[in-house]
Amino acid sequence: MGQRTPLYEQHLALGARIVDFGGWDMPLHYGSQVEEHHQVRRDCGVFDVSHMTVVDVHGPEARAWLQRLLANDVAHLETPGKALYSVMLNERGGVIDDLIVYLADFGYRLVLNAASRLRDLAWMKEQSAGHAVELRERRDLAMLAIQGPQARVRTGELVSAPRAALIHELRPFEGLAEGDWFVARTGYTGEDGLEIMLPVAQAPDFFSDLVGAGIAPSGLGARDTLRLEAGLNLHGQDMDENVSPLAANLGWTIAWDPAGRDFIGRTAVEEQRRAGGQPKLVGLLLEERGVLRTGQVVRVEGVGEGAITSGSFSPTLGKSIALARVPAATGERAEVEIRGRWLPVRVVRPNFVRHGKALI
Amino acid sequence: MSNIPADLRYTASHEWARLEADGTVTVGISDHAQEALGDVVFVELPEVGKQLAAEQEAGVVESVKAASDIYAPIAGEVIAVNEALTDSPELVNSDPYGSWFFKLKPSAAGDLDKLLDAAGYEAACSAEA
Repeated sequence: MGQRTPLYEQHLALGARIVDFGGWDMPLHYGSQVEEHHQVRRDCGVFDVSHMTVVDVHGPEARAWLQRLLANDVAHLETPGKALYSVMLNERGGVIDDLIVYLADFGYRLVLNAASRLRDLAWMKEQSAGHAVELRERRDLAMLAIQGPQARVRTGELVSAPRAALIHELRPFEGLAEGDWFVARTGYTGEDGLEIMLPVAQAPDFFSDLVGAGIAPSGLGARDTLRLEAGLNLHGQDMDENVSPLAANLGWTIAWDPAGRDFIGRTAVEEQRRAGGQPKLVGLLLEERGVLRTGQVVRVEGVGEGAITSGSFSPTLGKSIALARVPAATGERAEVEIRGRWLPVRVVRPNFVRHGKALI
Repeated sequence: MSNIPADLRYTASHEWARLEADGTVTVGISDHAQEALGDVVFVELPEVGKQLAAEQEAGVVESVKAASDIYAPIAGEVIAVNEALTDSPELVNSDPYGSWFFKLKPSAAGDLDKLLDAAGYEAACSAEA
């Protein structure tokens, strides 16, 4: 038995197929993950993401410490409500995890992946030694992601007036506290939507309200195909501690200026950038019938080989898509070996679907 | 608990087989199989006219989760395939016993009796879980 979120019994009652995800018993789907995927693209769905790690950073040195801990620069967060995506690197420039950091009135709130929780917490604790910061993991909070073009409107109808007003006013990639809730306009699907953190005791009722209003409960299966279509990396698959952000399509998240900001891993990634030749993370589109799978070999004629880091079926495109790490010189075509046959694939920007629309 | 109709025969690899009045045999995959696979997104069917041995690979079913081979439950010649599954593979999920993959003309009458009956298949599924 794995760890369970406060909504576990509700998932069972809704007919969820439960799978292990990073030590957690989580819903894979509630019948059809493809149908849940379509619901999110067309209307909205709700995901239990209470397994994710929430850490609040308090203390007078919180900002300076995060400027060292993270490759992106929290100085970009000028007023409470702003959020920033960043990677957290080791000294070798490998990605320990990726996260969202919010500037809150008490300090900063970090939301990290569930699967790398212990490693993240140990690393942050180790790095906090000698700094006037206090790390508080918020296991008292549950988190729901309500995602899709109708997510904000539909959710706004089910909450108190001040919360509805906040949901209406939030701009993309902002998050603010309202009472004991924290409401953010963020997500992992390529659609508009919300991520709401709230006390564990309130989560079952709120989840019931959302599902009762006809918002489709959606599992990790749909979450994975949605994020893959949106070209969003999954830590542990598309990058890990042995992969540079430069080889994971995440160079844009590194704040190189000011040059004097000595974030962990800076020396290593600067050297990687100078040396060049890092492989690149690209999108693949299979035009033939079949499904690209994680781990399959990618062959680029005259260039070399790479591998699929995340492969699946795209319900929106009706074709198989993948993220793959390939040599830097890879052009527009490659081949993937599927069940003993080499099939041609198109190499594309890893951004297949946004806001319900196919981009390729 | 998955649905296991009593009037069909089954294989341990989760195909179902139905003897038709004209002596031909219709083949599909079980409710248990479609549930384990998750959403089916592609189906690869055998060629009509192909001679299959018992337990020979006859096609492929690809779901969001994995690709699985489909095997011929008994020896025979493929006399028809269900083209509707090419366009609507999700029918395998919604109606596994209506969504046949192919029809065989058996090489030998009586081969079907060697397959599992519903009780035997249910036992095989329980043993797997």
